[in-house]
Amino acid sequence: MTVREALNAAMEEEMLRDESVFIMGEEVARYNGAYKGLLDKFGEKRVVDTPITEMGFAGLAVGAALAGLRPICEFMTWNFAMQAIDQIVNSGGKTYYMSGGNVPCPVVFRGPNGAAAGVAAQHSQDYSAWYGQVPGLKVVSPWSAEDCKGLLKSAIRDPNPVVFLENEMLYGVSFPMSEAALRDDFLLPIGKAKVEREGSDVTIVAHSKMVTHSLEAAELLAKEGIKAEVINLRSIRPLDIDTIKKSVKKTNRLVTVEGGFPAFGVGSEICAQIVESEAFDYLDAPVERVTGADVPTPYAKNLEDLAFPDTPLIVKVAKRALYRTN
Amino acid sequence: EPFQVKLHEDSFHTYRLDAPPNFEVEVTKDMLMTMYKEMSTMRRMEMAADALYKAKLIRGFCHLAIGQEAIAVGLEHAITKQDLVITAYRCHPFAVMRGGTIKGVIGELLGRQAGMSNGKGGSMHIFTPNFFGGNGIVGAQVPVGAGIAFAAKYQEKPIATFAMYGDGASNQGQVFEAFNMAKLWNLPCVFVCENNKYGMGTSAERSSSNTQYYTRGDKIPGLQVNGMDIIAVLQACRFAKNWAVSGNGPLVMEFVTYRYGGHSMSDPGTTYRTREEIQRMRSTQDPIRGLQHYIEEWGLATEEELKKLDKQAKAEVDEAVEEAKASPEPKIEDLWTDIYYKGTEPPFMRGREREEVHYY
Repeated sequence: MTVREALNAAMEEEMLRDESVFIMGEEVARYNGAYKGLLDKFGEKRVVDTPITEMGFAGLAVGAALAGLRPICEFMTWNFAMQAIDQIVNSGGKTYYMSGGNVPCPVVFRGPNGAAAGVAAQHSQDYSAWYGQVPGLKVVSPWSAEDCKGLLKSAIRDPNPVVFLENEMLYGVSFPMSEAALRDDFLLPIGKAKVEREGSDVTIVAHSKMVTHSLEAAELLAKEGIKAEVINLRSIRPLDIDTIKKSVKKTNRLVTVEGGFPAFGVGSEICAQIVESEAFDYLDAPVERVTGADVPTPYAKNLEDLAFPDTPLIVKVAKRALYRTN
Repeated sequence: EPFQVKLHEDSFHTYRLDAPPNFEVEVTKDMLMTMYKEMSTMRRMEMAADALYKAKLIRGFCHLAIGQEAIAVGLEHAITKQDLVITAYRCHPFAVMRGGTIKGVIGELLGRQAGMSNGKGGSMHIFTPNFFGGNGIVGAQVPVGAGIAFAAKYQEKPIATFAMYGDGASNQGQVFEAFNMAKLWNLPCVFVCENNKYGMGTSAERSSSNTQYYTRGDKIPGLQVNGMDIIAVLQACRFAKNWAVSGNGPLVMEFVTYRYGGHSMSDPGTTYRTREEIQRMRSTQDPIRGLQHYIEEWGLATEEELKKLDKQAKAEVDEAVEEAKASPEPKIEDLWTDIYYKGTEPPFMRGREREEVHYY
């Protein structure tokens, strides 16, 4: 099943289950886009094409959530959601706390995130760290079709505002689905990472598309006799630091991999939390961060390739963490 | 016994409306007396907040609505408990009128357990089941209000949502975004501009190319109302509520009003306007004195009887202040509650250093 199909299935199942769930956003209904079918099944009341007005419709989604609905607010990309970040953070993320627990805000903000191909700086960046900073938000960054289905369904049912960061490059990618994942009661818990591949020599922690590269890297490393453990974070906030610590205590080495900018990033946070914890004593090498480069995303192919991690780079850094240079 | 009174011909101005609300307004003595008492109480509450702030018992932001009482009180008498309201940071009277208490508002300002948000929201963030605050970001509550109206329509509830904002916020892009979607989708939303003439220290004329805020909804009809006359407010809100629930879509309503104090407690309110202007508004336009004038003119009560209500209002506020003051500060544990919905929290949240961790 492709990631796109999994997301679509998650929304359809939840809309069938709960009348208060609806989807809104730019071109979610009539345009011949990703969700052809939802409009036919649920009609314009529950599949709402919005004007191009991110701040307005993000605020509207928050209001609908405060008043008892469960909106799925889609952004055409997370880059455009920057227009709406105040509504996501200040209205969505904080109302429950500011109201002393009187007014919950069960909204899902979702859309493609991270680097896309050849679209240059304004349309190519990762927002995990941005939203990961905000107490009151839950932030999910799924990788596989199974992740997408189980986590989106959980996000829709979650009584908190959830930022759901899909990856533009993964929509068309197919993943195997377990029997359980095909069922309409399949949920994955938000806040739990998944060990995608077990290993004993080095821990590679990644999220979203970087899980693909990390698994490929682990395969290459295996050919050199290195057993890498690959952790798929799934959730940015809450961050499942316990799973990472447990792995580090076993492997004694940690490499973080992400597509976001290096400064103040997901890897920085993991590194800091490991250094602050008892897992620090288990490290046999400094924590290594593999990240996007600290540059606005360039357009030209050769430059863009240097702006984001790829499989050989992860292999190189993992070997460095093991003090292997050849 | 209901009886008819006639509003001044300058009470309403319309934009793209076939007809203004009826200038003949049906009222009762009870209602007028109650509105008088409530306005008087709201003013007393805001004056108490002013004093508590100056005594350094209230921190941070505190925006008072002295001068604007007719709007919160008049609105409440025109709508039902099922109708919904959201406003900006000048929210104390709405919070009380919409089911809160004076003790709850003052307690919130003092940062106490008795506060309506348990001391975690402060002056700008006070909510009730039919009042959505209390938003501190200028204009952000307007699309949120449109969303509340969207939900009402979705759920097929026959209610109106009033999304309020000030003349300052009226120039925010998201206000126009909300207008557009509300008209496009025929949402039962009344956008209400409380034009108190100044956004902080910038007069309407210095911020807005069009200061007729009721005309700024493009295809959305508008109604300008004398916001200093509570009977005009009452009639306009009845009209607006009826407009919204009758399937007419949104309405932009402007209350022309005035705030006597500064923008917030840190603003004396006298650097960008003259003392004479404030004095003139107080002596000629005051909503409480205006209603008093009506009540006396119509022979419904004497000055002494109204003074008695003022005294009751003062006593009620004084008592609420004492009760709020007696309430303890929030429990330390409450630092950690309400970040996430009860029962769906992460395993732990970090404090200021690695050993300060709260486990749920």
